[in-house]
Order: sequence, then structure tokens, then C-alpha cells
Amino acid sequence: MLHIVNKSPFDTNALAGVLRVAKKEGSAVLLIEDGVYAATKNSATEASLKAAGMPVYVLQPDADARGLQSKLMDGVKMVDYGGFVDLVAGHDNVQSWL
Amino acid sequence: MSDDMDFEEGGTVKKFMFVNRKAPYGTIYALEGLEVVLISAAFDQDVSLAFLDDGVFQLVKGQKTDGVEMKNFSPTYRALEGYDIEKLYVERESLEARGLSEDDLLVDVQVMSAAEMGDMMSQQDVVISF
Repeated sequence: MLHIVNKSPFDTNALAGVLRVAKKEGSAVLLIEDGVYAATKNSATEASLKAAGMPVYVLQPDADARGLQSKLMDGVKMVDYGGFVDLVAGHDNVQSWL
Repeated sequence: MSDDMDFEEGGTVKKFMFVNRKAPYGTIYALEGLEVVLISAAFDQDVSLAFLDDGVFQLVKGQKTDGVEMKNFSPTYRALEGYDIEKLYVERESLEARGLSEDDLLVDVQVMSAAEMGDMMSQQDVVISF
């Protein structure tokens, strides 16, 4: 399952929900819109994302808009809109955590 | 007419604080708040801006919005000085929780503790929150 998070981890508990509930095998996390803030280096959320046990993807145009180009933690993978589509197509199902 | 004169010459100056607690692009709050701040500059009041929680993200350097086709309004914060709005307060704890420091911000600000921020807020006549 592809888990999509679009809210800041400091604002809502959507990402916390993913990390608590998601079945790790075959799953991935995609951070979009304000969700990308979760992947900021040295932030309070970095450790929990590192321990996610799932691949973490970040939508690059959203990270760039927020000035995070050089501030993202190691280990996350950047995708563009085409990569977003590939992720959706490449998983059996998708959940947007609103 | 006389009322207008009173407003322009005899009106008292109040302390206005605009409190920004939202990240810049996920909602419209940050942009709308900035518009109101610019309008407030026309009224010659004592205006300050406070940035806390996700509001500190509004001031991060290097915002590049071409890819999301939204207006990059971050340069406007640097123009506030030209409107005599020079009191920008940022809460240190909010920066630290987000892995940010004063060097990551695109404009000169006064970084202060949560307690100092609370003091600033309590001194205001009017607090408007976005």
C-alpha cells in the first residue's frame, strides 16, 4: 500500500497514524504538500521517519516550494509528478491520510 | 470630515500583533495574513509580526514555487521594512523543533523564547491570528 500524507506532522497526526498502523511489507510513504516538512533534517520528526521501516518518498516540487532543497534528511527519495504516478501504479492500493 | 481629521491627527496608536502559525502553501492563511499586514501599514499603527509553530516555515530561505505553479510570496517579507514594519518575532522553540536556525530565515528577525513571546503578546492592544 502507498500511504500519502499531505499535512505537516507538527499540525496533524496523519503521519503518526501511518507510522503506527501501516503494515510495513510492500508499503511506502509519500510525503506531499505540507507533509514534506516531516523529512526536514534535524527536525523532531526525523528519527520517527528514519525508523519507519518503509521507503519514504518526497514530492520534489512541494519540497522546492518550501525551500527545503538542501534541508532534507538522508535516506528519502525524491520524486516528480511522473514518479508520483509510477508510485500509485506500482502499489496494489493507495491511502491518502487526511 | 471632522471624524476623518480626528483619525489622522488625533487617533491613538495601538499595538497590533499578527500571529502566524501556518506553513506557507498548504493553506491560504499565510498569504492572506500577509495581505492584511500590508493593509495595516496604511494606518500608522504599532505593528509587529509573530511567527510560531508551523508559521516559522513562512520565513525559510530558498522557496522556489515554479514546480507547484503557486505565487512565491516570500520576498514580500523582506519588503515589510519599507512599510515601517520592522518588528518580526520568531519563537526559538518552534525553530528548533523543525531543525531550523536563524540562518535559515530570509529576513532579519528577533528570535525569542516561548516565555518572551508570551510577554510580547500580553503587551498588545490587538492580536490577530492567522
